[in-house]
Amino acid sequence: MKPNYEQFTDIPGTTIFTIELAHVGFELNQFCMSLRSAPNRDRFRADERAYLDEWKMTEEQKSAVLNRDFQRMLDAGGNVYFLSKIFACDGLSYVQAVSTMTDMDVPEYQAMMLAGGRNIDGWRSKKERGEK
Amino acid sequence: MARITAGISTSHVPAVGVAVDMGRTEEDYWKPMFAGYDFSKKWMAENTPDVAIIVYNDHASYFGMEIMPTFAMGLANSFEICDEGYGPRPIPPVMGAPELATHVAGSLITDDFDLTILNVLEVDHGLTVPLSLMFGAPDKWPTRVIPLAVNVVMNPQPSGARCFALGKAIRRAVQQFDGDLDVQVWGTGGMSHQIQGARAGLINEPWDRKFMDDLINDPEVLQYKPHLEYMIEAGSEGVELIMWLIMRGALGPEVDEVYRFYHVPASNTAVGHLILTPKGSE
Repeated sequence: MKPNYEQFTDIPGTTIFTIELAHVGFELNQFCMSLRSAPNRDRFRADERAYLDEWKMTEEQKSAVLNRDFQRMLDAGGNVYFLSKIFACDGLSYVQAVSTMTDMDVPEYQAMMLAGGRNIDGWRSKKERGEK
Repeated sequence: MARITAGISTSHVPAVGVAVDMGRTEEDYWKPMFAGYDFSKKWMAENTPDVAIIVYNDHASYFGMEIMPTFAMGLANSFEICDEGYGPRPIPPVMGAPELATHVAGSLITDDFDLTILNVLEVDHGLTVPLSLMFGAPDKWPTRVIPLAVNVVMNPQPSGARCFALGKAIRRAVQQFDGDLDVQVWGTGGMSHQIQGARAGLINEPWDRKFMDDLINDPEVLQYKPHLEYMIEAGSEGVELIMWLIMRGALGPEVDEVYRFYHVPASNTAVGHLILTPKGSE
């Protein structure tokens, strides 16, 4: 049976990590995995560009990492669990890093979570929101 | 004969592990969440299993993209704790149950489940946070563990129906094991959460509560819920809930609800937790 990936494209503000996207993001995610070791984290911190150049990543992937643009990393095939190794290396929590993908700053996002989280109403469908 | 005595489900939020390890469980933010597990810790102390089969997902901690098994079982004597980028959690290693694990794995493969066998495995917060929630911070974990890792990270994930069937097959396998063991099956991960993209922070409490009701009373129908609904209603990471279906399948047709807890928020997510026993077993 052919998987229906098209069905995921109508979910607003969401990148579904499919087997196809995993292929696009392989080197980016492998770089992330390397940061599970403390010596590699030290080498990355010492010279990020030189460390990234050891991987067969695209320039777009490298630039997104250097700019800590997590949405661009997702679009380029990164998965948040892999990308978490980058923000762990930066000493950031999931809340701090995840909020950067939204239109809120960290305190606003934390306040939203304390108030019960993001309400799903209006967030089910891009079509319903008038988005493409 | 070995028997399935209970099913536990719980979220496995990494920040919960940090709160335990840093002694922050009494802080205002965390106190209400940990209070929700007070009953469970007491219950578990009186109902400690010999072996817990813990269904969880690895979060790019041990498995990279070189090998991405759909279902994988750990058969080793012990499992070390992963470094997830902050250094490994300062907790005891997890002791395995190779005799039961080899029996269950063999049985599942014979039952047509294409299980990957792991003779070496490091476990991450997906497995260790539930242990902390149910047992606190002991010098040594009071139960042996069989890790059962499920790919819920990369789509396509296994269907709910396949997860439910796997749970039923685990039940048959355990009941055929020639050894006097109390065995629990834990389903971890969930509830509603989305930790990426502009929609991050999504929480859908009515949907979560209905899921728990259906898991208890109507799993034969619940198993056919499409992944798209989990993703839309419970967030892109809400699909982790299919792992609760494996736990539920292992308990048999009817269950008694021993305990239920729901709380928002823990970090970016909702926390859900159930203790179930096979009907009439207590």
